[in-house]
Amino acid sequence: MIDELAHYFSSPSNREVVLESLGQHIYLALVPLVLGALLAVPAGRLAQRAPKLRGVLLGSMNVLYTIPSLALFVIIPAVIGTGATAAINVVIALTIYNAALLVRPVMEGLDSVPEHVVTAATALGYRPRRRFFAVEVPLALPVLSTSLRVASVSNVSLVSVGALIGIGGLGRLFTDGFQRDYLTPILIGVVLTLALAMVGDLLIVALRRLCTPWQRASAGGR
Amino acid sequence: MIINELVAWLSDPEHWLSSTGLLAQTGRHLYYCVLSVLCASIIAMPIGLWIGHTGRGGATVVVLSNSLRALPTLGLVTLFVLVAGIGEAPTLAGLVILAIPAVLSGAYAGVQSVPAEVRDAAKGMGMTPMQQLWQVELPNAAPLLFGGVRTAMLQVVATASVAAYVGLGGLGSILLEGIKTYDYGQTLAAALCIALLAVLLDVLLSRLSRAVTPRGIRSGPPAAATSTG
Repeated sequence: MIDELAHYFSSPSNREVVLESLGQHIYLALVPLVLGALLAVPAGRLAQRAPKLRGVLLGSMNVLYTIPSLALFVIIPAVIGTGATAAINVVIALTIYNAALLVRPVMEGLDSVPEHVVTAATALGYRPRRRFFAVEVPLALPVLSTSLRVASVSNVSLVSVGALIGIGGLGRLFTDGFQRDYLTPILIGVVLTLALAMVGDLLIVALRRLCTPWQRASAGGR
Repeated sequence: MIINELVAWLSDPEHWLSSTGLLAQTGRHLYYCVLSVLCASIIAMPIGLWIGHTGRGGATVVVLSNSLRALPTLGLVTLFVLVAGIGEAPTLAGLVILAIPAVLSGAYAGVQSVPAEVRDAAKGMGMTPMQQLWQVELPNAAPLLFGGVRTAMLQVVATASVAAYVGLGGLGSILLEGIKTYDYGQTLAAALCIALLAVLLDVLLSRLSRAVTPRGIRSGPPAAATSTG
């Protein structure tokens, strides 16, 4: 196995393909995560504040999350009229998934902020907008970060499906390997995908610890 | 306009009725999915229930189901087929393996979620461990148990469409053929069919879950399914 790996990596063009795919994979997994989170915050706030909308909003998010990724990758260009093999299709599809996945945790995170903390912030003169970003969102982070981790891990594994429509980061190694009946690139792809998911997960945990210093002092739990 | 292509493709009865048409492939897709989830349930449910009942090995279940989320579907099926050879059996085995963690963790989490007082009450009434599991823990675990099955079903519907790349029939084969021949109408028709099938199966399973859940614990919203493939 080591020999085969060495042989595979001895070719400059193979090295280039792996690096390029890895870069594309990181881009395709990261951008939707950020965009999805940005979309989920106002939607989650709406769900938290408007109980009448909550059922409809969460229900439709559940349905969106039900649609298989390959189907979504193909439906999106048809709906918005982008080219069938544009990277933007994968970005939009995964953004939809991430937003759909994160609305409920945002809502629950904001709900978990104690009422007296919000009242105290108001009493200190925080206006609603500033109170929301400076007090409520940071306090919701611990609840939110668990779901952010789920979203990032599933992004990393879903991106590779995009290889079937021509844009899939490390997924390219799977289709290449399959067409050439060559196991090594597939194994490299699987291992790199798992490693990427793990690194992303660790980064989110580290980022959360950095953003919620008050938690380290008390519980120190993950 | 791509919608016109879709309508044009759909209005040809041949595309619906032939042996590789929409209806036949939807049936095949459904068959693969139900079969795989059934197999996964037969394997994983007793294990999950037992682990939940005894409380031993729970950490392993959680780690296993979390880390399997990161496994790339496409990589897995191409790997399986290159190792075991092209055919339905290795691909279906891959689907079963993918479905097992979701079912397992659903069954485990379901039994775990039964309040300790309820278990104690059952024990206090003189129930044997088997009676406790069947008559008390299982009905109480139903919502989370079915949550696991729903997640598994969604993963399998999605993965079966991806597995068409390595030769498994079903709606994925129509979709991929459409991509290969630049027939957007065909691609879109298959994609819509896959999405519709996934949503329908999910609704069906959530209805079933509600139907078998004892009325007393039905108050909460149905457990949301998570993670497609």
